[in-house]
Amino acid sequence: MFLTLVGRDLGQAWGRAGQAWLPLAFFLLAASLFPFAIGPDRPVLERVAPGALWTAALFAAVLPIPTLFEPDRADGTLDQLAVRGLAFETVAAARMLAHWLAFALPLLLATPVAGALLGLSAEALPRTLAALAVGTPGLAALAVMAGALTAGAREAGALAPLIVLPLAVPILIFGAGWAGDTGPGAAKWLGAASLLLVALGPLAAGAALRAGQD
Amino acid sequence: MAAVLHHFANPARFLKIARPATPIFLWAGLAMVAVALAWGLFMAPKDYLQGESVRILYIHVPSAWLGLAGYSTLAIASAVALVWRHPLAEVAARAVAPVGATFAALCLITGSLWGRPTWGTYWVWDARLTSMLVMFFLYLAYIGLASAYERPERGGKAASILALVGAINLPIVKYSVEWWNTLHQGTSVSLAGSSVDPSMLWPLLLSATGFTCLFAAIVLMRMRALLAGVKLRARAARLAGAAA
Repeated sequence: MFLTLVGRDLGQAWGRAGQAWLPLAFFLLAASLFPFAIGPDRPVLERVAPGALWTAALFAAVLPIPTLFEPDRADGTLDQLAVRGLAFETVAAARMLAHWLAFALPLLLATPVAGALLGLSAEALPRTLAALAVGTPGLAALAVMAGALTAGAREAGALAPLIVLPLAVPILIFGAGWAGDTGPGAAKWLGAASLLLVALGPLAAGAALRAGQD
Repeated sequence: MAAVLHHFANPARFLKIARPATPIFLWAGLAMVAVALAWGLFMAPKDYLQGESVRILYIHVPSAWLGLAGYSTLAIASAVALVWRHPLAEVAARAVAPVGATFAALCLITGSLWGRPTWGTYWVWDARLTSMLVMFFLYLAYIGLASAYERPERGGKAASILALVGAINLPIVKYSVEWWNTLHQGTSVSLAGSSVDPSMLWPLLLSATGFTCLFAAIVLMRMRALLAGVKLRARAARLAGAAA
C-alpha cells in the first residue's frame, strides 16, 4: 500500500503536464543567477559555489510545496485514504519519499552542470554531491510538513517558505560546510539533522493532516 | 496537574482572575521598569571596558530572557492545546506569540546597537545570534500560520504543531554559547549565581522582573481581547441564525 502510494504520488509529480521539470529548471536558473549577481570572477565563484548550490536546492524543494497535499485535500482523496484506514503518518511518509525522488534525484543529476556554471572545483564536486544526497531527505521532510500545515490555508505559497527556511538553517550550514573547510564534522552533523527531520517530518505532517480533517 | 488545568478551562473563571490581575501586573511592571531604567541608565557604574554602552544590557538581557521564555510558553501552551484540547491554552499561545516576537526583535536590535561600538560590527553570524534570529522567524511563521485559515481552530492547531517542532531551537539558543566558541559571551547570570557585580546585577534583576510583569500584563490583555472576539463572533452567528 505504501509503495502504491509512493508510485501514485510520483506519477502525479511527473505526470502533471509541464510540472516535473519545473524544480529542476528553477534549480539551474537560481544557480546561474549567482554569477550574474556576484560577477563572473572565478575564485570568488568557486568559494561560494557549494553555498549557492545549497540555496538553489532549498528553493527547489520549497517550490512544489503547494502541490504536495492541497489538491488531494481539496478533491477528497485524503478523506478517502482515511476511510480506508490508512494513518496520515503513512500518507505523509509516502509523500516524503515521492517528493524526494521527484525533486532531489533530478537535482543530483543536474548538480555537475550547475557546478560547472559556478566554477565548482573537481575535488569539491563529489563532496557537494554527497552532502546533497544526505541533506535533501531532510529538506523533503520539511517540505512535506509545511505542505501539510498549509493545506487549505490562504497565502499558502508565501507561508510555506516562512515555515521551511528557519528550520532548514542547520541543513544549510552543515551541508555547505561539508564541501568547505569544516569537512568531516559537518558531515556527521548533516546526517544527524537530516535523520532527525526525516523521523519527525511525517509525524508532524500526519498530525497536521488529521487536524485538517475535523 | 490535569485537575488544575481543567479548573481554568472555563473562560469565565479565568476572566474573573485575569480582570483584576491585568492592572496589577501593568502598573507594577511600569513602575519597576521606570525605576530599573533610571537606576541602570543614570546611577549604575559604567563598565571599565565597555564604558557607557554597557547600559543597554538593562534592556537587552531582559528582552533576550523574555524572548526565550515567550517561545517556551508558546511551545508548552501549544502542547497543552494539542494533548488536552484545553480551550484556553490555544488562546494563550496566540496571545503570547506577537509579544514574544517583539521582545526577540528588541533583543536583536539592542544587541546589534551594542555590537557596533563593542565588537566593531552590527552583526556577526555566531551561533547565539543565528539561533536567536531563527527563533524570531519561527515566531513570525507561527503568527502567519495561526491566522491563515478561514476557521481559526484549524489555524490554531496547525500553528501549535509548528510551535512544537520549532521548540528544537530552544536548547540551541540556550546552550549555543557553551557548545560553540561564540563571539557572544557565555552565561553570566544563572540560578546558581552570578559573575556580574551587585551594583549592576540589582538594576538588571529589577528591570527583568519589571519587563516580565509588563509581558504578563500584555499577554493577559491580549487573551481577554481574543476571548471577547470569540464571544462576539458566537453572538453574531447566533443573531444571524435567529434572523434566518
